[in-house]
Formats: sequence, C-alpha cells, structure tokens
Amino acid sequence: MALLPQVNLNRTLRLVKLGVKTLLLHKLRSLLTMLGVVFGVGSVIAMLAVGTGASREAQEQIRRLGSQNIIIHSVQPQQDQTTERVRMSIYGLTYDDDARIRETIPFVSRTVPAKLIPQEARVGGRQMELRVVGTTPGWFELVERELLAGRRLQESDMVRSANVTVLTERSARRLLATEQVLGESVRIGSNYYQVVGIIRSETGGTAGGVQTPDQEVDAYIPITTARERFGDIVVRRREGSTERSLVELHQLVVEVDAIENVQAAATAIEHMLRRFHSREDYRVSVPLALLRQAEATQRTFNIVLGSIAGISLLVGGIGIMNIMLASVTERTREIGIRRAIGAKRSQIVGQFLIETIVLSSTGGLIGIAVGVTIPQVIEYFAGMPTVVPLYAVVLSLGISVAVGVIFGIYPAMRAAKLDPIVALRYD
Amino acid sequence: MPPSPATPPGTAPAATAAIVRLEDVRKTYRMGSEEVHALAGVSVAFEPGSFWAIMGPSGSGKSTMLNLLGCLDRPTSGRYILAGEDVSRMDDDALSGIRLTYLGFVFQSFNLIAQLTVRENIELPLFYLGWEPHDSARRAAELAHRVELGARLGHRPAELSGGQQQRVAIARALANDPQVILADEPTGNLDSATGKTIMELLRDLNRQGKTIIIVTHEPEIASWADHRLHMKDGLVDRID
Repeated sequence: MALLPQVNLNRTLRLVKLGVKTLLLHKLRSLLTMLGVVFGVGSVIAMLAVGTGASREAQEQIRRLGSQNIIIHSVQPQQDQTTERVRMSIYGLTYDDDARIRETIPFVSRTVPAKLIPQEARVGGRQMELRVVGTTPGWFELVERELLAGRRLQESDMVRSANVTVLTERSARRLLATEQVLGESVRIGSNYYQVVGIIRSETGGTAGGVQTPDQEVDAYIPITTARERFGDIVVRRREGSTERSLVELHQLVVEVDAIENVQAAATAIEHMLRRFHSREDYRVSVPLALLRQAEATQRTFNIVLGSIAGISLLVGGIGIMNIMLASVTERTREIGIRRAIGAKRSQIVGQFLIETIVLSSTGGLIGIAVGVTIPQVIEYFAGMPTVVPLYAVVLSLGISVAVGVIFGIYPAMRAAKLDPIVALRYD
Repeated sequence: MPPSPATPPGTAPAATAAIVRLEDVRKTYRMGSEEVHALAGVSVAFEPGSFWAIMGPSGSGKSTMLNLLGCLDRPTSGRYILAGEDVSRMDDDALSGIRLTYLGFVFQSFNLIAQLTVRENIELPLFYLGWEPHDSARRAAELAHRVELGARLGHRPAELSGGQQQRVAIARALANDPQVILADEPTGNLDSATGKTIMELLRDLNRQGKTIIIVTHEPEIASWADHRLHMKDGLVDRID
C-alpha cells in the first residue's frame, strides 16, 4: 500500500472542506462570529460607494468648468455708505480688466467676457424671465454644449452688433411652440432678436462652490449688441425700490494654454486685479484648484473611512479570535486525538488557521454582498449617485483573509502547543 | 531514592529483533521541589507479534510507560528503540511521524471525534498520511467491515453503543497498518460481555501478526495476553 504524501494544495483544499464542515456544525455560532467582519466590510464598502459617488459627481462638475480655465465673477461688495442714497453701485470687472488680462498676463490664450442681464422675453403672448448673456463666439468653445439646431454666434455677428440670439433648449421650448424655431423673432427688452441657433441646456447650478457659466434659461447675444442695447447699467426693481448697478462685465472666463500654467496665471491675475481694484469686487475661481481640493478631500475621507474600517475589522477580528480560543478549549480532546494519531503541530496550526480564515473570508464575502447592496438601496430611495470602487471590494476581501490569519494564528498556536497526553485526558 | 538496579532476569535487552526495546529508561517529573521517579530504570524487549499486558496499581508507572511506548513523551534518560529506530531523542515532528507510521492507539474512552462520521474517524490517520480521498474511503469501508460495522459508516459516534465505538476506534488504529497497537484499558468503559468481544478482536489481530500492548489493572483482561509485565514503584516487578 503506497503511503505517498500528496501535494500541499490538495491537502489545503481538504482542510478548507474540513473547516467549512466544522463551522457548519455550529451554524448560528459561526454566523454570529463572522457578523463583526460582515458589518465591518459591508459598512466600509457602502460608505466608500456613497462617498466616491458624491465626490465623483462634484469632480465631474468641476471638470466641466474646464480645468484649463480661470473663472472671474464680479461680486457686489457689501452695501457701502456712498451708494446707500444714490442706489447705484458701481463694481466689478471692466473692459479694461479683460484687455489687460488678455494682453499682459502670461500663458493666457484667450478670454471670454460675458455680460449677464436678466430680461423679460416675449413671443406673441408668451413671456418668460431669462438671462441674456452678452458674450463672444469664444464662449461656445469654452462652455461646450451640443448644438441642436442652427449655428452658434459668429465673429460677423459681433462686428455688425447684430440682433441675433442663440437660445438654450429650455428657453426655446418655453417661448416657441412651433417646430420651426430658427428665424423666429424673440422680443427681449425692447428689441427683437432673430433666433439663429439652439443649444442643449445643462442643469447649471454650482460646482465646488463656483457658479457654472451657463444656466438653463439663457439667451446668448453678441457682447457688442448687449452693450449697445442694454448699456452697462442694470436696473433691478424689487420691493418697491429700484436698484441700479453699473457693471461692465459680470464674468470673465480665462483660458490658459496649459494645465501646469493655470496656477501661475491665476496668481498673476489676482495680483493685477488687486492693483486696479480698490475693493474686492471680484472673485477668482480656479476649477483646477477646486478639483485638486476635491481630490484631497476625498483622500482625507478615504483615510478616515480606512481608519473606521480598520477599527471595525479589528473588533470583528477580536470576536473571531475569542470564539476560536473557546473552540480550541472545547476541542482539546479532538486535538489530543489528532496529535496521538500522528498529526504534526504544523498540521494542527494549519487546521485551525484555515478554519479561522474560512470564517473571516466568508464574513468578508457576505460583507461585500451587503456593501454592494446598500448603495443600490440608497441610490433607489435617496437618489444619491453611488459608485462601488473595485479596489474597495478587492481590498475588503484581502483584509478579511488577513484578519483570519492575524487573529487565527494565536488560537491555532495554542491548539498546537497542547501536550497530547494532557489533551487526551481533558474532559 | 537511589534507583534500584534490581532488573529481573530474563528481561535483559538481548533480542535485537525486538520491535519494542527499552534500555534503562527513566522518567523523572519535578513536582515542586521534589523529584518523582515515574520510571526508575526499565529495560524490556517485546518481540514482534507478541501480546503483552502491562499491569500494576495506580502510581506504579504504567501510564508513564504507555505514554513513552506511544511516543507521546520522551524518557529523561535511557533509550527506546521502536522498530529499529532510536526514538528517545527525536523532536516533536519526528515523533509524530513515528506515531503515524508504526503505532495505533485504542483508548479507554474510545476517543472518537464526535462531529465526524464512523468513516471519517477511521480515515483520520490516512488523512495525515496524505491518502487520496477515494483510496482512504475504500480502506475505511474495508476496516469497518472487518470490525463488523460495515453498515454504520455514515453514523456518528453518539449513535453507536460503547462496544461499537470501541470497534470503530480499533478500525481507526488499524488504518495506517501499524506494527504495534497500544490499548489503554480498552474494556474499562464496557460491560464484561462487550469487553470480551473487544478482547477477542485484539487477540485476532495479534494472531494476524500485530504486536499488541494493553495496559490494564484487571487480571481477567490481562489473562488474554501471552505475557504480563507487572510494574511497581517505577520498576518492572515481575514478568509472567
């Protein structure tokens, strides 16, 4: 009879089977024991999924602002004494600022100025409040939106100060019911504008604290036309009082030639603006910096999550170790029998270690299932975007196995160190 | 207490062909400040295929003797030669290998693993020998058949009577085809009728060539053996 020793893998596989069988003998106990790891892994994956989903959305929004862009907004300073009576405030970016940035700041490849004028638009009986954006053709290159019909603004429109407008889809839908919208005339303020194009509207809103350049209900007209028709004074009537403000440019989008020069250009712009503005009536936003900041925030978030994961898995591991130590005591006789028959110490270690690893990695697998399900539920009920990162799943499984090894080694050693003579007599 | 040189004549380690040979084996335990000589110089030799009973009152050293013979313990001094190998200075791993290769154990309380079936209990030594599951299952079935438990392979120990459990234990002790079977009070937990069937089984195995060593304090059980070794105060008192 050949008593050939088999390959190690084969034996390990049989130990895994033995471990599974032993654990199935005490189903409830095994389940309760692995619960720590289940919740540890499950909550970590779920939290990471929600966190990654949220931050990826924020990062996507910031990226849409353009990572090579610097966005400067005019900001109305806190109501100052001088304008209190006059009810006219003068602030913000000027045409000169635009020219200076374009011509003197290094790395700047182009600037797109914009005047933002809230106006009422009418077509026949329909009317709506929209935002007139007086800008240059460059706008459509920096703020990329799908052209649905017609054309965008052109250089020739600028030169002629033409009464033409490009509407966002939402504006067009609310004003023009007809199929054929191109060529229709829209009255904005006191003038008529010919609709030459329709572009896709984006939800707009803010990204990382920066107002997106475009909004859902915009009407784009050449900036030259805007200057001529509306001037630089914006009149806002509210609560019985009239508020006038003189703002030359509301927004300036500066495109930098390369990503690595964005920060330098931004610094130079801030420097320059500080010199020419007595008050801080502008705000410089750098999407790239915001992106970096968002990424850093996520890293911090991940580190915090990682620590929580570490603690919960530590607790789970201690739970497993506790049960395994109890199991070793309970099975002292079995260990004695196996040793008397001829099992080496290392084989006893292997048996108990593999049993612990089976326990912890089963917990890990269940935890992954839980952790992948919870974000789906959150997404379904709370409408939050979630992304389960693959690395989190792989890492969790690896950590569960590691927990088994780390917290299994001591009970397994205890089992192997038992004196077979004593173990055989144990009751 | 000086060790007594009184080794009874006729037990001198003469036969080199002996399967089990102890040469002036001593085992000393330290109990607090006191040294206890559990074995105080034992020299015996058992021929292959012999049937021995080790007897003696409790404290005579027979348990220590069994542990040493079973390679579960090492002598403090002296030599133990099992199947031609000096095992008295082997390390734990090597001793495990010796137990796995040469020895089979039968215990008073059967010592089956409760959560394993009859077949799995019998297969245990084969598992550590690295047998293929298919081969070891076949051998376990053969052995179960041999101890007339062929129909109980799927049962767990708790579902069997004491006599049946002890027969499973004997089948397990036979699985690795050992040269020596060590039985520690094999009938101690059984009624006399069942005990008799167990002793018959052991005697049959002896007739098939196995060396059998039982430890007992019951003269009726010892009478099954061909030789009786009486121990007293850690020494061989007499052999008959």
